[in-house]
Amino acid sequence: MEEPLLQVEELRTYLRSPSGLARAVDGVSFSIARGETLGLVGESGCGKSMTALSIMQLVPEPAGYIASGKILFKGSDLLDRTWEEMREVRGREIGMIFQEPMTSLNPVFTIGNQLVESMVVHGMPSPKARRRAVELLKRVELDEPEKLMRQYPHELSGGMRQRVMIAMALANEPDLLIADEPTTALDVTVQAQILSLIRNLQADTGMSVLLITHDLGIVAEMADHVAVMYAGQIVEYAAVTELFASPCHPYTRGLFQSLPARVRRGQDLATLEGTVPEAEAWPPACRFEPRCPYRWATCATKPPRYLAVDGRRVRCHLYDPQVADRPAHGAAAEEADR
Amino acid sequence: MLRYVVRRVLYAVPILLGVSIVTFVLFYATSSPEQMARRNLSAKNPTKEQIQEWLHVHGYDKPLAVQFRKHMTELFLFRFGKSDTTGESIGARMRAGMGPSLAVASLAFIAALLTDITFALVLAYFRGTYVDLWGTFQCVLLMSITALVYIMGGQFVLGKVLKYFPLAGYQSGLHAWKFVLMPAIIGVVSGFGSSVRFYRTVMLEEMNQDYVRTARAKGVSESAILFKHVLKNASIPILTSVVLSIPFLLTGSLLLESFFGIPGLGSLTVDAINGQDFAVVRAMVFLGTALYIIGAILTDISYALVDPRVRLE
Amino acid sequence: MHSFLLNAVPVVVVGLLVAAVLRARREPLWAEAFRRLRRNRVAMVALCVIGIYGLIGFMDSIGWQRDDARVTVIDWLFQRPRERTYSAPLATMTTGEPRPHKLLGRHLLGTDGVGDDVLYLTLKGVRTGLIVGGFTSLIVTPLALLFGMLAGYFGRRVDDVVQYIYTVLDSIPGILLLIALMMVLGRGLVQLCVALGVTSWVGLCRLMRGETLKHRDREYVRAARALGVGHARILARHILPNLLPVLIIQVTLGFSGLVLAEAILSYLQLGVEAGVGSWGNMIDAARMELAREPIIWWNLVSASTALFILVLAFNLFGDALRDAIDPRLRSS
Repeated sequence: MEEPLLQVEELRTYLRSPSGLARAVDGVSFSIARGETLGLVGESGCGKSMTALSIMQLVPEPAGYIASGKILFKGSDLLDRTWEEMREVRGREIGMIFQEPMTSLNPVFTIGNQLVESMVVHGMPSPKARRRAVELLKRVELDEPEKLMRQYPHELSGGMRQRVMIAMALANEPDLLIADEPTTALDVTVQAQILSLIRNLQADTGMSVLLITHDLGIVAEMADHVAVMYAGQIVEYAAVTELFASPCHPYTRGLFQSLPARVRRGQDLATLEGTVPEAEAWPPACRFEPRCPYRWATCATKPPRYLAVDGRRVRCHLYDPQVADRPAHGAAAEEADR
Repeated sequence: MLRYVVRRVLYAVPILLGVSIVTFVLFYATSSPEQMARRNLSAKNPTKEQIQEWLHVHGYDKPLAVQFRKHMTELFLFRFGKSDTTGESIGARMRAGMGPSLAVASLAFIAALLTDITFALVLAYFRGTYVDLWGTFQCVLLMSITALVYIMGGQFVLGKVLKYFPLAGYQSGLHAWKFVLMPAIIGVVSGFGSSVRFYRTVMLEEMNQDYVRTARAKGVSESAILFKHVLKNASIPILTSVVLSIPFLLTGSLLLESFFGIPGLGSLTVDAINGQDFAVVRAMVFLGTALYIIGAILTDISYALVDPRVRLE
Repeated sequence: MHSFLLNAVPVVVVGLLVAAVLRARREPLWAEAFRRLRRNRVAMVALCVIGIYGLIGFMDSIGWQRDDARVTVIDWLFQRPRERTYSAPLATMTTGEPRPHKLLGRHLLGTDGVGDDVLYLTLKGVRTGLIVGGFTSLIVTPLALLFGMLAGYFGRRVDDVVQYIYTVLDSIPGILLLIALMMVLGRGLVQLCVALGVTSWVGLCRLMRGETLKHRDREYVRAARALGVGHARILARHILPNLLPVLIIQVTLGFSGLVLAEAILSYLQLGVEAGVGSWGNMIDAARMELAREPIIWWNLVSASTALFILVLAFNLFGDALRDAIDPRLRSS
């Protein structure tokens, strides 16, 4: 099998705060193959954005820092690179787009200026960059690209701005695109357009995509594999069809169950009990234990292992054959289906 | 753009009207004319006739309504009349004083702008490090020292001890620079602390914005981020305080001019205070207001030039 | 009556502040701010310094009649016999005279031109400085709050009127307006406070108006209106508490500006009366002394240092207060 484009191993990113040390990313491992789309799913506060920022080494300083781990990109560890070397990587080999198109563009410079900048900082001469900028705007399905080059961000709608962001991120044909909740701030109709744009571009260029979202619907449409994050850790990793067919981890199950579509008319909506714990004080053993409907004594005392099970990975005692006193798997499965 | 300026100037008229009313109430209605006469007459116990004569010459003996009309028309025509103490034409005196004031103030202004922004950029670049923390603390220290100490100390050290510059005085023309340099330097130093701190705050606020994160994700270097992205955005709030103070280069600093014997509008005001010369102070207040309004209009125009989001209407 | 006001006011203000602080500690929002503040060592040192100044000012407000004059605790503790003329700190003979005379007493910081003890004069200046800052703030705050809230909340006509008033006042350059006011009102501590109040309320008013506008359209205000709650109650219970953090920060930071303004105005002979203790007066008197031989420096240094330390303490404490109350306003 070919070497994965990106391989993250035991990444730990911490944030120092007055109320203690927040272990935002606490032992995250995953890989993305060339041309693949990985969906990173989770609620806010679970550490998915911080994971993305860690890959780009844009963790907010001085409070945040990457404590340990490896980020292997095309075989070499990004964490070994100097600041200047990382600068080469950013925007050229890895591109990133963010959630808020409203504020992510500089309000006092034209679209053209900012688009050309993406290419000029990596060595392209200005005239060539300008021509390519117009091409890029066409490619992201924007009308009248020449006119757009002279306009300012506030003259564009949210959807248009996000397309510009995508154009900027793809300007240098990166191998990996990190998209941090790219459609959360947009209208539903625009969301669909942006997502299909990303899919088309991916088909054209063969790039990989790390798609971060809290929306399972988006994941279903876009991802090849899914990693579910909770409390700084990945609790389940599977191919998308398998995950949707039978989610294993109790948290994943809870997410699916709380989708309104699954509920029959007249029934109460299912909810996950409790709230996400504070990052400064993760529960000591299984982090989902306080909210888990299947928990038993071991869950509060022993942290679960992250194991390969049936072609996927799960972090739960329920699926760990070595754990002695787990209840019968069948009973738990029946619970879930009701 | 022109329509906007015209509209602003027209809007300034009721403001100036209000200011004139305020100054009129302040000067004419609150202190009795006899007191003013007494203060200005050199004789120890002026006789009734002497008081009456002085009041008549200066127009204080007419009924308030008449005085008000005279006051308003004169001000709006920029005919400031004669000084209460010296009797000379205020307008002429003011025109003579503008040159020296401008010389000192504009030198200090430009030098201060360059040094303050440079230091603020340095602190912003090293934000969070010891350089920044120490630098910011120094700024707070420097801005806690009163201007009086800067002036007296500066005059003492630079003029008396080191004898770099003449202590005070002024000569117009080519030799002016000798007399202008020390007050300008001291002016720059005394404003340094608070300006650098303010500019630094503005720059750091910009550095925390999302577009900086995007620029980094594109691979833009830290210095390009600072000098290109942050500086242009930061210049918008900085522009407010800077452009607003440009018209006041004409009026000059009261303290600097009185200490260093610069015969500008600032020392004219100080002399007027010492001599209880209401006429001059009235004129300076009106001039100051007019300059402020000009400054406000200039500021809005400069906003429109720098910030593409602003549209003057 | 005059002096009773000036002496009673600081005591009342300090009492109110302490009461407010104790009451606020129970509110979770403020409790969090207090915790952050307590952890800031620089802020605590600054607060102690302010406390010491406050104590000195307080001691200078309590007094009794002796013979014809009023004597305060500070007078009682620090007043020294008046000498003939200048003398250096801890000296035994006068300076600057052709024939030096023996001094009548010990002067820790020397004496000034008329022979008054410099340490004593410096301490007398504390009360003036604090009153200028405190009393002026007391005048400015209700005025700015009232007009700012009315303008921001009711909008339209009321807003236009208030904006016109403060644009007119704001258009007159501060220093010039101050000078004009002082020339008209005459020198004096109360007059100075009034003049400073008139010139500085506009900035605070604008801020309060802006904050009121921000909070006026919040959902809970709209909900209260929908429930039929009256304007006055909404202003008092929903808007005002949200204005307090910004208000407190501004007033604290503005305090130092007021004290510095007093020094400059007294130097221009437009501040407090000549006899009242004031650092500005001291600096003014000391102005010419740097040119003499031998150089008389101790009175200037003493007054400016006392001024500097107070202003610095307020600046540092004000910054720390801002960081503690709203970390989003942090500058780093």
